[in-house]
Amino acid sequence: MSDVSNGDERIKEISKFRQALIRPELGGIVGTVAVFVFFGLFAFDSGMFNSQGVMNWSVVSAQFMIIAVGACLLMIAGEFDLSVGSMIGFAGMMIAIFGVTLGWPMWIAILVTFAICVAFGALNGYIVVKTGLPSFIVTLATLFILRGFTIFIPQTVERKTIIGGIREAAEGDWLAPIFGAKIGAPIFNWLGDMGIISVFERGNRAGEPVVNGIPMLIVWAIGLVIVGHFVLTRTRFGNWIFAAGGDADAARNAGVPVSSVKIKMFMFTAFCATVFAVCQVMEFGSAGADRGLLKEFEAIIAVVIGGALLTGGYGSVIGAALGALIFGVVQQGLFFAGVESSLFRVFLGIILLAAVILNTYIRRIITGER
Amino acid sequence: MSPIIEMKNIEKHFGSVIALAGVSVDVLPGECHCLLGDNGAGKSTFIKTMSGVHKPTKGEIVFDGQPMDFANPRAAISAGIATVHQHLGMIPLMSVARNFFMGNEPIKKVGPINVFDHDYANDVTMEEMKKMGINLRGPDQAVGTLSGGERQTVAIARAVHFGAKVLILDEPTSALGVRQTANVLATIDRVRKQGIAVVFITHNVRHAMAVGDRFTVLNRGKTLGTALKGEITPEALQDLMAGGQEMVALEGSLGGTV
Repeated sequence: MSDVSNGDERIKEISKFRQALIRPELGGIVGTVAVFVFFGLFAFDSGMFNSQGVMNWSVVSAQFMIIAVGACLLMIAGEFDLSVGSMIGFAGMMIAIFGVTLGWPMWIAILVTFAICVAFGALNGYIVVKTGLPSFIVTLATLFILRGFTIFIPQTVERKTIIGGIREAAEGDWLAPIFGAKIGAPIFNWLGDMGIISVFERGNRAGEPVVNGIPMLIVWAIGLVIVGHFVLTRTRFGNWIFAAGGDADAARNAGVPVSSVKIKMFMFTAFCATVFAVCQVMEFGSAGADRGLLKEFEAIIAVVIGGALLTGGYGSVIGAALGALIFGVVQQGLFFAGVESSLFRVFLGIILLAAVILNTYIRRIITGER
Repeated sequence: MSPIIEMKNIEKHFGSVIALAGVSVDVLPGECHCLLGDNGAGKSTFIKTMSGVHKPTKGEIVFDGQPMDFANPRAAISAGIATVHQHLGMIPLMSVARNFFMGNEPIKKVGPINVFDHDYANDVTMEEMKKMGINLRGPDQAVGTLSGGERQTVAIARAVHFGAKVLILDEPTSALGVRQTANVLATIDRVRKQGIAVVFITHNVRHAMAVGDRFTVLNRGKTLGTALKGEITPEALQDLMAGGQEMVALEGSLGGTV
């Protein structure tokens, strides 16, 4: 035992570089810098970095961020949710059915939709925890069930798959602006007056700034990232999330309520999908049965780019948020740069593969496997 | 000295299978009680009954002079019965400090919010690890970088820190090399000297002999008696574990090397 206290001569000092490498956010930070440098060099004059352009990719990134936060915490807890995309379509459609078709006050429609969707999340979690089946299969089933209802219900009651009139129905409601409004208008007006951001030159909005506020969607995204990061790294529950995904049996033996943690994370993922859906229908003014297609995979990709391990137990909300930012900037940046948009998918595939390989390598460093 | 825990005539049936057919064991504070037995002897069922995972079909558990009926492992843990499992103890991807406080996270108030007290967790972890002779690079070092023996030691230190009166070690040495085994056995000795009752499950007679004060052999769900240190030879223990005869025949063919 004596030489142990003098340090083990076989443990090499770990270089600062390797220490930095095991931070889960690293991939996200490097990727973000690379993406901005790239588009700064090749698309600076395309309008991507003026006020409208910034708002454009910020909104897209914020959309990815909202669902990525939920997917990230769930993945760290060791599970997946493939029903996120269907949940987005379903939630939007429920708001339209309740608020427009049935004519309920919008705030009741929103709250009831949240309750239904979070209950579906709980059901996902309950089935996964009780049966021990892979969440991949359970939520794949939910994906089809929810999408089916999202098409069936409006067709049955309205004989169409797109229901409009949501913005009119939300007029004067107290809850709807929390998802659909824009904030900071005076600041943007002032920026427009000062000539810092561009203003409309003609038409009935002449003199108003082209970007007249920050959509609540972005506020929600930033809020969820901050709350998610705080809960994960600074609370007891966050430790339980890591533990549940790292090794459920070990966590249970230590007294961590693993099942309850996992069910709560499924509920939180459903909550995030619903936030996305409400913001979207408030912005578009309509709900469509095809909304949210493939969003579950986009969320998972953002999380993986952000450094989380697909096998659970490791990851970072900040990383996932950066993954979402990369996602949004590249998708919109290629559009600004005039690149054929189908190439975005090629890029996505390559960056996903690179991220997974990097993450596996990092995992080996952390656990000392060889 | 009175026993900290007494298991009286414990029977456990799983359907038509009788896993334990009346096992009685008592453990004194500050002793290392070795529980030996071959695979399928009922060791695991027995310690799971002791740690609240299984409810005994028949029999009585007396803990600290009180009859006890643990509803679940959590109840046993809060009463002071901690189990260190062979594999299922530590999470490799998490830091030593996060593992150490897993399920018992220290909390401090920041305004109205309960926050994980990382400073306290890190300090305590470093201190406890030093006491156990493990030099960490830092409290945020991942458990995955520790050796198997060190992981067992962290798990034992964790159980002791959180007030275990009875420490159940489920085959802590079975997957370890010689040197790591020596470290774990030294840790057991240190813990015992603090007055904690240690239940050491193993099927390695030499490991048992190294630290045990008393030895109980289980075979086919029954106790084959309890022996004091010095009363029994390793060979006799080995024979008891294997159920006598076959072992004699086997050892003959292997030249007495088992």
